[in-house]
Amino acid sequence: MTSQATNPGPAATPQLELRGIVKQYPGTLANDDIDLTVMPGEVHALLGENGAGKSTLVKIIYGVVQADAGEIHWNGERLNISNPAQARHLGIGMVFQHFNLFDTLTVAENIALCVEDSRDLAKLAEQVSAVSERYGLPIDPRRHVHTLSVGERQRVEIIRCLLQNPKLLIMDEPTSVLTPQEVEVLFQTLRRLAGEGCSILYISHKLDEIKELCERATVLRGGKVTATCDPRRETPKSLAEMMIGSELPVCQNVDGGDRGEVCLEVDGLSLPADDPFGTELTEIHLNIRGGEIVGIAGVAGNGQKELLQALSGEMKATHANDIRIAGTPAGHLPPGHRRGEGLAFVPEERLGRGAVPEMSMSDNTLLTTYQKDMVRSGFIQFDRIDEYCKTVVDDFNVVCAGNHAEARSLSGGNLQKFIIGREILLGPKLLILAHPTWGVDVGAATLIRQAIIDLRNKGTAVLVVSEDLEELFEISDRIAVISNGRLSPARRTGDTDVEEVGRWMAGMFDTAGSGEGHHAA
Amino acid sequence: MAEIDTIVAILVATMRAGTPLLFAALGELITEKAGVLNLGIEGMMLVGAVAGFIAMVLTGSPLIGVLAAMAAGMAMSGLFGFLTLTLMANQVATGLALTIFGVGLSAFVGLGYIGNPIQGLPGLAIPVLGDIPVLGSLLFNHDPLVYVSLVLLAAVTWFLYRSRAGLILRAVGESHEAAHAIGYSVLKIRYLAVLFGGATSGIAGAYLSLVYTPQWAENMTAGRGWIALALVVFATWRPARVLLGAYLFGGITIMGLHVQAAGFAISSHLVATLPYLATVLVLVLISRDATRIKLNAPAALGKPFHSSG
Repeated sequence: MTSQATNPGPAATPQLELRGIVKQYPGTLANDDIDLTVMPGEVHALLGENGAGKSTLVKIIYGVVQADAGEIHWNGERLNISNPAQARHLGIGMVFQHFNLFDTLTVAENIALCVEDSRDLAKLAEQVSAVSERYGLPIDPRRHVHTLSVGERQRVEIIRCLLQNPKLLIMDEPTSVLTPQEVEVLFQTLRRLAGEGCSILYISHKLDEIKELCERATVLRGGKVTATCDPRRETPKSLAEMMIGSELPVCQNVDGGDRGEVCLEVDGLSLPADDPFGTELTEIHLNIRGGEIVGIAGVAGNGQKELLQALSGEMKATHANDIRIAGTPAGHLPPGHRRGEGLAFVPEERLGRGAVPEMSMSDNTLLTTYQKDMVRSGFIQFDRIDEYCKTVVDDFNVVCAGNHAEARSLSGGNLQKFIIGREILLGPKLLILAHPTWGVDVGAATLIRQAIIDLRNKGTAVLVVSEDLEELFEISDRIAVISNGRLSPARRTGDTDVEEVGRWMAGMFDTAGSGEGHHAA
Repeated sequence: MAEIDTIVAILVATMRAGTPLLFAALGELITEKAGVLNLGIEGMMLVGAVAGFIAMVLTGSPLIGVLAAMAAGMAMSGLFGFLTLTLMANQVATGLALTIFGVGLSAFVGLGYIGNPIQGLPGLAIPVLGDIPVLGSLLFNHDPLVYVSLVLLAAVTWFLYRSRAGLILRAVGESHEAAHAIGYSVLKIRYLAVLFGGATSGIAGAYLSLVYTPQWAENMTAGRGWIALALVVFATWRPARVLLGAYLFGGITIMGLHVQAAGFAISSHLVATLPYLATVLVLVLISRDATRIKLNAPAALGKPFHSSG
């Protein structure tokens, strides 16, 4: 990074300048009088919690959404950006958090869809190879997107932007799907781009990344700019204060070390994928004792979904003995029976699988608590459900309009607190959670992690599948990694580190003789 | 030579019987590849058949007849598009309603034309090539619409897999959100695809009323619209397999007639069901590969699109 790029003189024209941007959605003021200045060649962080208004703001810049008020100046010139095509034409590229890729098309075809005047696919493929080599983003243009890993898909998105020689590249939470090593490669690419004069607007809530990468940060909270600073001169604590308005909460993880009976045994579970875009599970071995949290890390799409479905009972195992819950063979049991054996399960999708969007909170309560005396002789005990629902809402600090509020009216964090609370209060022997704090704000995430730890201390066996390594290292007693449908040995958290887990995430581990415990140091 | 002549006659008749299916199924294939499920083929075919027939009776020109059928089919599909794309009505229910509407409308409009004889479309033997023995009569001695249908097959294949516009169409059918985010007009592309489907369904209807059996009868499509719909699915959205299915259907229809003509004592009703049953059965058997289906099926099929999402 050159000093010219980082410290442009006062005469330099900002690449992008926003003045007084306002966007009103029904019920919320998403952006309230936001100013933002990005200089040429600057890596600028847009920092904030979920719901702080980051996504709305970048959608306005990219022309997906129109601002109600305010001005956009591009290269010193005031203009309106009315659609993404115009934004691209100006030289604004955006890599979305949820990729806009077409699974059944090839990489080259996906890129061709974004590049005007690209009749010659072979020539385009050459360009793609050239760009990917130049920026260290290896990809084969002939491959179909559904065969790519999530990290590779992100590369396709980035290359797609780079082919248009952008002056401003917007990255929306780009590292949430990457291994630590991939993050390092991405940062090198971004630094190289910035060195060539391309501005980068980097959206994240991960403070250490922003400290490492960005030269300036604009912090949003509740739709307003709360600070503009140089993140390299701030501490994570001070950045967190700007972002959430109070100190970053931490959870208390005191492990008594008492381990109980084995609550979950997975013994050589293999499952063919029933979906061409799915992953085949091979020879999975895993034991979890009561009073223990085991975390499973891995890049999305490496078999997490299939493993979770096999454990919850949505997919049946080949042999009953492949999965044992509290000693009972459960591989052949449907989900309801497994719950009867003491399993509780928090799926990845909150709306749709964790809760029915159109149903009230109390009806959603009944969905997983019906085996707990909520139904007598076929009649629903509404007073008991309401009581249970109220306990969940009170104990887990769920903000909602009451027991009769529809599940979809809750924010993501509150709904997740509700679903996890509902499962924890069942008093399960084994709790399986998929991505428990995905898309949840820092406050709610801390509360959820604390609740998981407290449950462990009461003797429950807990399995957490997550892509958030920080979270896994914070709460897990042992960590395993799933890669391409294979599960690594579970190593004590103190005996491993991010480096090793990162290597494992790339598939570099040995499952041979991974009978639990024998392998661990 | 007599046997060869019989076989050639059967094959030629097979192609004729399969052609309306080929037209209708190719249109539906394009429609579905764009992510729209139009169950109204039967209705569009009937309206096309009656419109083409009336235009032919009034003007005496087969070309105008076919054009009128296309226009009528497009009008029907335009109505479908307006209801499902602009007003976002349920595609399945709207398609079914379109068929019921088409059955009634064609019967009403065609009331005065039942039994009205016309001169069917003349054959178009291609000079020189048509004189080649066997092969000539098999490939180069048909009515013009058979050639058109084969050219259309090639054009659709090329369009879908070789042209940029086809790539965009497939992208819209794969994920309308992503296509919208990139900046394509999902509704415009879907309207065009739906209209194309209407036009070919209209031609398919006209083929029945102007060529195959040159007359108008109520409900004369006899479920071919539904078979065309099934063809698209069982052909796993691939044009070449649509051709196979269409000619299979045609072949079994013709075989049935020959079996009856040869004096076998089989109920004519049973024989009439055979083409439907056999076509579906064979296509189901050859398309059991779930991976192929997933890779070729438009992922956004039947899902309504709202741009503010």
